[in-house]
Amino acid sequence: MANFVALLIAGLATGALYALVAVGFTLMWQTSQTINFAQGEFVMLPAFFMLAAMNHGAPYWVALAIGVGLSLAILGLAFKRLLVDPMLRHGVLPLAIATMALSSFLKESVKTFYSAEASPFPSPAPSSDLRVLGVAVSWQSLAVLVAALSAVTLLQLGLSRTRIGRQMQAAAQNPTVAQILGLPVERLILYAFLLNAALVALASALVSPIYLAKFSNGETLGQAAFIAAIVGGFNQVRGAVVGGLLLGVVENLGAAYISDAYRDAIPLFVLVVVILFRPNGLVGRAEERTV
Amino acid sequence: MGRGWIWLCLLGGWAAQPQAARAADTINLIDLAELSGSGATVGTNFKNGADLAVDEINAKGGILGAKIVITHWDTQSNAGVAKALAEKALDAQPYALLGPGYSGSVKVVAPLAADAGVAEIMGGEAADLTRAGNKFLFRTSFGQQSSMPKIARYIADNLKAKTAAIVYVNNDFGKGGNDSIVKEFDKRGVKVLLDDSTEAGQADFSADALKVKAANPDVVFIYLNEEESARMLKELRKADVTKPLVGETTLIGQKVIELAGDAANGAIGHVGLTTDAPVPALKAYRDRFFAKYNYVPDHNGIKGYLAVYMIKAATEKMGKIDPKGLPDALHGLSISAAKEPGILLDVTIDGNGDLDRESFIGKVVDGKQVITEVLPKLNP
Amino acid sequence: MTGAAPGRIAIAAGLAVAAALIVAPLFLRRYGLYLVSDWAVMTIAAMGLNLTLGYAGQVSLAQGAFVGVGAYSAAILTTHGWPFATAMALALALSFAVGWALGYPALRVRHHYLAFVTLAFSTLAFLVFRNEAWLTGGVEGIDGVPRPSLFGWSMRPPLAYAYFCLAALALAAAATAWLIRSPWGRAFLALRENPLRAQSLGVDTRRYTLLAFAIGSALGGAAGALYAPLVGLVEPPAFTLALSLNLLMMVIVGGSGYFLGPFLGALIAVMAPEWLRAWENYYLILYAALVMGLLVISPTGILGLVDRYALHRMAAEASAARTALKPSIGES
Repeated sequence: MANFVALLIAGLATGALYALVAVGFTLMWQTSQTINFAQGEFVMLPAFFMLAAMNHGAPYWVALAIGVGLSLAILGLAFKRLLVDPMLRHGVLPLAIATMALSSFLKESVKTFYSAEASPFPSPAPSSDLRVLGVAVSWQSLAVLVAALSAVTLLQLGLSRTRIGRQMQAAAQNPTVAQILGLPVERLILYAFLLNAALVALASALVSPIYLAKFSNGETLGQAAFIAAIVGGFNQVRGAVVGGLLLGVVENLGAAYISDAYRDAIPLFVLVVVILFRPNGLVGRAEERTV
Repeated sequence: MGRGWIWLCLLGGWAAQPQAARAADTINLIDLAELSGSGATVGTNFKNGADLAVDEINAKGGILGAKIVITHWDTQSNAGVAKALAEKALDAQPYALLGPGYSGSVKVVAPLAADAGVAEIMGGEAADLTRAGNKFLFRTSFGQQSSMPKIARYIADNLKAKTAAIVYVNNDFGKGGNDSIVKEFDKRGVKVLLDDSTEAGQADFSADALKVKAANPDVVFIYLNEEESARMLKELRKADVTKPLVGETTLIGQKVIELAGDAANGAIGHVGLTTDAPVPALKAYRDRFFAKYNYVPDHNGIKGYLAVYMIKAATEKMGKIDPKGLPDALHGLSISAAKEPGILLDVTIDGNGDLDRESFIGKVVDGKQVITEVLPKLNP
Repeated sequence: MTGAAPGRIAIAAGLAVAAALIVAPLFLRRYGLYLVSDWAVMTIAAMGLNLTLGYAGQVSLAQGAFVGVGAYSAAILTTHGWPFATAMALALALSFAVGWALGYPALRVRHHYLAFVTLAFSTLAFLVFRNEAWLTGGVEGIDGVPRPSLFGWSMRPPLAYAYFCLAALALAAAATAWLIRSPWGRAFLALRENPLRAQSLGVDTRRYTLLAFAIGSALGGAAGALYAPLVGLVEPPAFTLALSLNLLMMVIVGGSGYFLGPFLGALIAVMAPEWLRAWENYYLILYAALVMGLLVISPTGILGLVDRYALHRMAAEASAARTALKPSIGES
């Protein structure tokens, strides 16, 4: 029993990471129908900005700010203006492929210009463990869990309670009407991208102490975020959290009780089952069809 | 007129390609390395080690007065690409081939090199590579058929273990090691209670640590890459596993100790190629590598370095630059570190291309790797 | 009429390229022959994906897995002494059947969820290839896959096998072209352009989409059966999601929905490391940047760009002709 609880908690910790990465993914899809195959690399990259800053002597919090700033500029603004805007009106698939190329570009750039090795990354939380119910939980995992849940709660509140948030939702559901009503649709979409950039920078700072900063980090995280977003419900931010946590737990329990050699297939099995019986994900609403 | 600029730029770009230097009396080495894909770390380290060796040798006048020119081609961690590049390389008639590091890629390249009569010095560790009767293939590290018996013997005799749990990474590196150690355990009457596979790049080892704990073996054998080893050690500590943890170079390297912190203490490993060994030549090599590349080399970095020096030693023994004679010169060659510092450790190459070299049993004590035993060469 | 001339130019160009393909291998050495064979094999797989994606409008993320299915089928059979023809037949049949089985439940649910099911299958296939060592040789795979003999002539020499692959490509291309011009092909196009309208006209969208996907997957299997003897070793890492994504990129970069798109896309993917070799370390970064740039300029791929240019020219010529005629027509 103690084992089960330990696995559950560990799964939730990993799941919180997936949730954080999946939230931004869902946000971009909701607001601009962008499927970002480079989301994993988006989480990998800010850590390297921060490491570069720290290598030049910046203290942790300054490096964090620099990382967030560069992320907003490059993964938010530049990404939207240079890649998304020109391609969006041509449909979902070409942009998705372009983000695939982008993910390769970012990964290889980090490998070539920084290092092919994994670098340790500092964490504001202590690296020791906390004993809860006879089970060891690392402070770092707790920090991730708390940060992820707070970020998502804040986001959810922001989207539903503030004026800008509701405007963003309106622009996402029906951009044409929103424009007619005088909403600055382009700018609202930009906000969504900037929000994603901030979220991935946060995720990066949380993930890298555990995963270590390595150019290949994006691969597993990207696919996990994708699955988490779909399982949870691709059109609801809440869905990303549900999906992420569920995925983390299922992965862990599956590896322990079902099969170690097939552990990678279990989340996908869950994905297929969920979409066959609940096509909009566990929490998702039915999408409005534009005819 | 605007479009003209585009053509000019393209032409300029094409003309600006760096050209490969080719002089009359040079030794051309071609390295097939995994520079991208899942093996990027392996191939990049091998390449860096080889480049360092080439620079050092050329600075001292080259081999028998001829400069070495080395080119690295990316196999993309793909056996098909490796095969194609091998064809291309052999068309260029190199002095010798280096790499690949992935055993699967080695398997497709080796027959081609053998057909062309070119020596291939590679980093693969799978046991069956040198058992196919290929007279042109040479290792730079122990094959798993050499290292696993040593570890199994240590576990059975020194640690007096009767049962074991194995955690390995499920790719050709880890699976090969797993198959070998399972056979060795069987020979020595050590019962395997758990044979747990993990994925390359896996981040969460809590499930595996708990499975190990539940199995309650006398000893845990861990065969993962460095980052995963660190994560596994941390999880085992969290799960309160107090049994001896035994592994290979990838378990107790300096990088792993750094990443795992406290959790690494007590871990034991059989180390063949490590810059942490109490051998001055290895420590000096580590410093030179760090000075050039700003990070500490792993065993692949050492393999690349050694490959070049093996070629140097064999060529000097021949007294002439003869690619056709190179394989024979390598067979049976004993290189002593006293005479050829670049070889770092005394080594003898046998008729199958396997290496005989001393190795170490190390233990992590207080955050440092301490060598507790030196395992001498089989035939000193 | 300016319409006929481009058509004739296209046919002449096509014949020239075909002639070049037939003659070129004689002048290539082993590496060049390998590249030609690899290009032919990848084009067949990409053609299959183009059928699924470009003509039927479905995203498949499992084409690489089907190549694997075909490769392993061929490897297992031929290393046990079965003739290549049998292996190819099995590869085609198995890939078709698996494609049908995968597509059947997914399409019942929702049009674009085939993507997810194929993603799941891609991972599952890799795991089966890797874990079921009794069948597939496990992590080490199957080595020593023999090359076939055709009427007593061995295809083992690189030149012979290159021609074999090119012939297979010609066959596959002919079959695909026939399919597209047939009533089936027109149904596929209807599916792509407007599924709702097609359905309202009585086209069984589900069955045709499924058929397109299954045939596309079968082509992937055929490509795999040719790939196994080409490399000689089939191992799991060659058939991961990365291959599926690579094939997807080939189709999109070449031009999705254009018949020659896969040919062009495969050419770029196979030759890019070669063309960019001079930049060594940076070639992947450059390749990714070029793909991004191309897609920004032309989301419909290279052939889309060519098409746009051709239309642009036709429009310009027509407009010039109109302007020239204005005085005689008397418009102000």
